[in-house]
Amino acid sequence: MTKIIVDGAEVDVPAEYTILQACEAAGAEIPRFCYHERLSIAGNCRMCLVEVKGGPPKPVASCAMGVRDLRPGPNGEPPVVSTRSPMVKKAREGVMEFLLINHPLDCPICDQGGECDLQDQAMAYGVSGTRYFENKRAVEDKYIGPLVKTTMTRCIHCTRCVRFVAEVAGAPEIGAIGRGEDMEITTYLESAMSSELQGNVIDLCPVGALTSKPYAFKARPWELAKTESIDVMDALGSAIRVDSRGREVMRILPRINEDVNEEWISDKTRFVWDGLRTQRLDRPYVRENGRLRPTSWPEALGVVAAKIRAADKARVGAIVGDLAAVEEMFALKDLFGRLGVINVDARQDGSALHPKHGRASYIFNGGIAAIDEADAILLVGSNPRHEAPVLNARIRKRWRRGGVRVGLVGERVDLTYGSEHIGAGPASLTELVEGKHSFARVLSEAERPLVIVGAGAFVGEGGEAVLAAAAKLAGEKGGLCVLHSAASRVGALDLGLVPDEGGMTATEMAASGALDVAFLLGADEIDVAPGTFVVYLGTHGDRGAHRADVILPGAAYTEKVGLYVNTEGRVQVANRATFPPGEGREDWAILRALSEQLGAKLPYDTLNQLRAALFQAHPHMAALGEIAAGDPADIAKLADIGGTLGSAPFAGAMPDFHLSNPIARASAVMAEMSALKRTGFAQAAE
Amino acid sequence: MSVRRLAAVQPDDFAFTQDNLRWAEGQIAKYPEGRQMSAVIPLLWKAQEQHDGWLPEPAIRRVAEMLAMPTIRVMEVATFYTMFNLAPVGERFVQLCGTTPCALRGANALKDVCRKVIGDERHVTADGKLSWLEVECLGACSNAPMVQINYDYYEDLTPENLEALLEDLRAGRAVKTGSQIGRSCSAPEGEDTSLTDETLYDGSVVGAWRKRFDEQGGADATEADSAGRPAEASRPEAKLAKGKGDAEAQPDAGKAEKPVQADARPADRSRREGQPSWAGGKGGTDDVSPPAKPRGEEG
Repeated sequence: MTKIIVDGAEVDVPAEYTILQACEAAGAEIPRFCYHERLSIAGNCRMCLVEVKGGPPKPVASCAMGVRDLRPGPNGEPPVVSTRSPMVKKAREGVMEFLLINHPLDCPICDQGGECDLQDQAMAYGVSGTRYFENKRAVEDKYIGPLVKTTMTRCIHCTRCVRFVAEVAGAPEIGAIGRGEDMEITTYLESAMSSELQGNVIDLCPVGALTSKPYAFKARPWELAKTESIDVMDALGSAIRVDSRGREVMRILPRINEDVNEEWISDKTRFVWDGLRTQRLDRPYVRENGRLRPTSWPEALGVVAAKIRAADKARVGAIVGDLAAVEEMFALKDLFGRLGVINVDARQDGSALHPKHGRASYIFNGGIAAIDEADAILLVGSNPRHEAPVLNARIRKRWRRGGVRVGLVGERVDLTYGSEHIGAGPASLTELVEGKHSFARVLSEAERPLVIVGAGAFVGEGGEAVLAAAAKLAGEKGGLCVLHSAASRVGALDLGLVPDEGGMTATEMAASGALDVAFLLGADEIDVAPGTFVVYLGTHGDRGAHRADVILPGAAYTEKVGLYVNTEGRVQVANRATFPPGEGREDWAILRALSEQLGAKLPYDTLNQLRAALFQAHPHMAALGEIAAGDPADIAKLADIGGTLGSAPFAGAMPDFHLSNPIARASAVMAEMSALKRTGFAQAAE
Repeated sequence: MSVRRLAAVQPDDFAFTQDNLRWAEGQIAKYPEGRQMSAVIPLLWKAQEQHDGWLPEPAIRRVAEMLAMPTIRVMEVATFYTMFNLAPVGERFVQLCGTTPCALRGANALKDVCRKVIGDERHVTADGKLSWLEVECLGACSNAPMVQINYDYYEDLTPENLEALLEDLRAGRAVKTGSQIGRSCSAPEGEDTSLTDETLYDGSVVGAWRKRFDEQGGADATEADSAGRPAEASRPEAKLAKGKGDAEAQPDAGKAEKPVQADARPADRSRREGQPSWAGGKGGTDDVSPPAKPRGEEG
């Protein structure tokens, strides 16, 4: 720790702190453009100048100078930093004046207006007028992909975007070409960026040079209602802020959650909002003579109730989709339990994960933050770049720091960091377990190894054996990490949404002739065989709705208050930003209404009553933001399951990153990105 | 300085010749594992050399592949350094220095000559022989104004001799590199104007300062009290000498007693011999012993 005096107040900060960090610790505000906590230090905007005694006799860039580089006074007094002296004021005014020489004064037509660092800091630290009458520099706009809109004249060359894509995203595609006044930020020959995290450069850009293309000219920040929520596009449960105006979600931004997403979100999370408006189911439908006919709620519920009442309960089943919140899953299980239906399954992908093995067998044990400490990481049957891009960035962050080896069993993919490809299928897993592969040594010698198993690895015949093998590899160090790709999955397994003894799994239910009535709670990734009467409760006119005989319009994740349990087992709450369109209702309320028609009335009339019942049955759901840790002993038991591994190579759980759920499939932006990816990002500017 | 962007018309492909490829591999091998991208500038330079003096876009891609670095990083380097030409240049590429010393010595008139003989800046003549570009200081200020044409400097230019030079180059006639008025390197025009005393170079002045010091010290000691001698007092030797009376206590006084160091100055010598100092071993270790320059004289 080092003592330093900031504006007269002495603070004690770690010696590796920069002056800027020390000033912040002392409560002084330092303006900045290029400096960002999670990126390398560039020191090129000069906005963070402060005056120091014990350093050079001129204003110093506080972001780039360490506290330990300051000399103490002649009698050992701590170095003195001043952030409010006349010298600092003049320096800031000068820097601001330079920045504004070429920055256009187009704030009224700039999307960044109202949330612009340059605007705010010009008001706070700048001067009121200009002394320059020369022409401003003009720069041609660049095409860098369908997500990020550029207005390069506004660029102040902070290089945050360049550093972000190179360091965090691991797809170094943006650069600064030319020099001096002709320096321009662009991609190589204006090709589209390929990273799944590229949308974050919009947040990083301190000016309006990089803005959201789908959101362009749609709204002003001050007219948006901001709702703090949780993302469901992947199983990470990234913290997001949903900005809405009236009934429409206008954009989605990340919130900071150090344990989960730091401050990044994937492009799917950020740009999926246009999918919330299109293909929506806004009224109930009943299929008549092969055509879906709009109908009323009572009629639709009546049809469903009649079908379920009439059916043999052994030939009724429910399949839960990937985006369902805990509340409706709880209500569904409750209702079908009352009806005596045992065929309930949330694993529409056919995964072998099962709550009977204990919570430790299906969560990301140790939490996502454990990646920061890991010294060996084995990825099994997973492409985290698609299944959880933010988590992949975290592995990359760990890898950049050095001292970690990453092995990959599964499809050979570019993970944005150096990894050893061990093999494509379960055979390589066997090799590792038997210690025949060199990476087995790496794992066994590591102090904090992580075995991250993707959801795709548990699919199919040898799923349970994969779990056993992974548990063996993770050993007693507890590093068995299941990386789910469905936001609802851990919650569903916590609730026990798996078939009871003698019940059918989702795959069995979907088979021809298995069921008379299938109830799909937003399940779109499964094809129910013809012949079954299908009730679809969901939000989008996607695969499930096309197959359905009755459609009950539900609420999407931005339209209901719901609990989601992320892949770590962390319980988080998603809040309502808007209302469901048309006659859409919250899913649990639909189930409650249906229960009445079925004569098995659910004993809760409000969400709070439902929650109370839920918390009583599953106390860990009440601890928001917390993880109920799995029992390490369960992992040890897992290793003894045995079973035979399949032979087919592992397939990723998310072959098309951009089109992995019904909301994303309804999004035009996601469709464009998916098409672009298929053509290898070859398409350049028009 | 100009906006540096890739040329509109680009070749389809670029590949190093076998020789250059071998050379490039040698360059890459110079750097430790993981630091191969350090070779980016030499490789780009070689690519430019091979490709008629300018760097095409496929070469940027090729170099990025060879060094396993992101293409945009190579692009950044290629667009940053002005020594990389991003558009075609003439067979003889005239880089005309327009920085202050050359400008003061008439570089602007030379630009007019270029415009007349070649055409606009960055424009290649129809026969492909010539093009020109104004560049920043090339470090031959004492021979201003000057131009660099391909790898050679042409100095002490006038509008007349530059025009003749350009015409000669266009016609493929032999031309004289370096100073166009016959001076050697940056020697003074005409004759030497300073350090002309032959005794400076024959060794006879070695230790002379001491002699003078003793003589003057003795003289001053006698006259010190009688009169202030401003002219003498302003000279450092005189000061030293004057202070000799109480010099025993001064730390500086001791320094003067140190043995004389012979200060070899190859640059001085080569200037006299009409050889550039970097010209190699020719006058390196032979004949006359280096002119010793006593340190005391510098003070």
